[in-house]
Amino acid sequence: MTELISANHVESRRLPGVEGVWVFIAADMAMFGVLFVSFMLERLENPALFEQSRRALDVNFGGINTLILLTSSWFVCLAVDAAKRDQLPQVPHHLAAAFVCGLAFCASKAFEYTKKLSAGISMLTNDFYMFYYTLTGMHFMHVVAGCVVLGVLWNKSRAGAFTSDNRVGIECGASYWHMVDVLWIVLFPLLYLLR
Amino acid sequence: MVILLKPVSLVWLVLMLATCVTTWWLSKDAFSPVAAAVSIFLIAGFKVRLVLLHFMELRHAPLPWRLVFEAWVLISTAAVLGIYLQSPAA
Repeated sequence: MTELISANHVESRRLPGVEGVWVFIAADMAMFGVLFVSFMLERLENPALFEQSRRALDVNFGGINTLILLTSSWFVCLAVDAAKRDQLPQVPHHLAAAFVCGLAFCASKAFEYTKKLSAGISMLTNDFYMFYYTLTGMHFMHVVAGCVVLGVLWNKSRAGAFTSDNRVGIECGASYWHMVDVLWIVLFPLLYLLR
Repeated sequence: MVILLKPVSLVWLVLMLATCVTTWWLSKDAFSPVAAAVSIFLIAGFKVRLVLLHFMELRHAPLPWRLVFEAWVLISTAAVLGIYLQSPAA
């Protein structure tokens, strides 16, 4: 009996969505990994400047943005779970909540950028801010793309497009959106918290 | 709330609490920079694993795929902390 269960278990192992999305996710994460290391190596060259610049960042923005993205990811999980259980009306509800969280992240980040730029701090200020704008800017693009994906999924889910038998599309979008979350979980302490 | 009783909601709650601890407690100057950096990045690695395994469902994925992403967590955390510990502040 145990053997039968474990055999079924092995057979049921699967990646959500399609493999191509996971190749993209792995490549994207590897690229960000290289950028994390470049930031750390550059920091090693001038720790005093990096620390002084870091102190000018508002950790509240970074922390709240992390909470927003985590909550958005949670809603996406609930949407996928609802599709798996064929609770079709719940899928668009959860996706809409995730989308609103994504927009909240964009609004908060735009406000933070505006505050920094109006204080005269740009990409050209110093090496720390070059990394700050590049890394958060690239991540911001991922969030914007993710919001578009969530919007499309929401629209399709209103017509009952995702079910337990047909959930590859929502799983691909969900996996991408969780990756955006993962990247921010590392980016936030790297830029805002590392003393 | 039925939603909050789902296992994935417990994971979300742990992630939220861990974020609050690192952002508004471990970042305080009361902690030495090294103690703060090490604990903050170990917690970040733990959070990333929670998202990968539970939200992204890698715990049910074929083992090679899971190992690729587990390796990313290990290498990123080790590289960041390894380089950090070379700095004069450490």
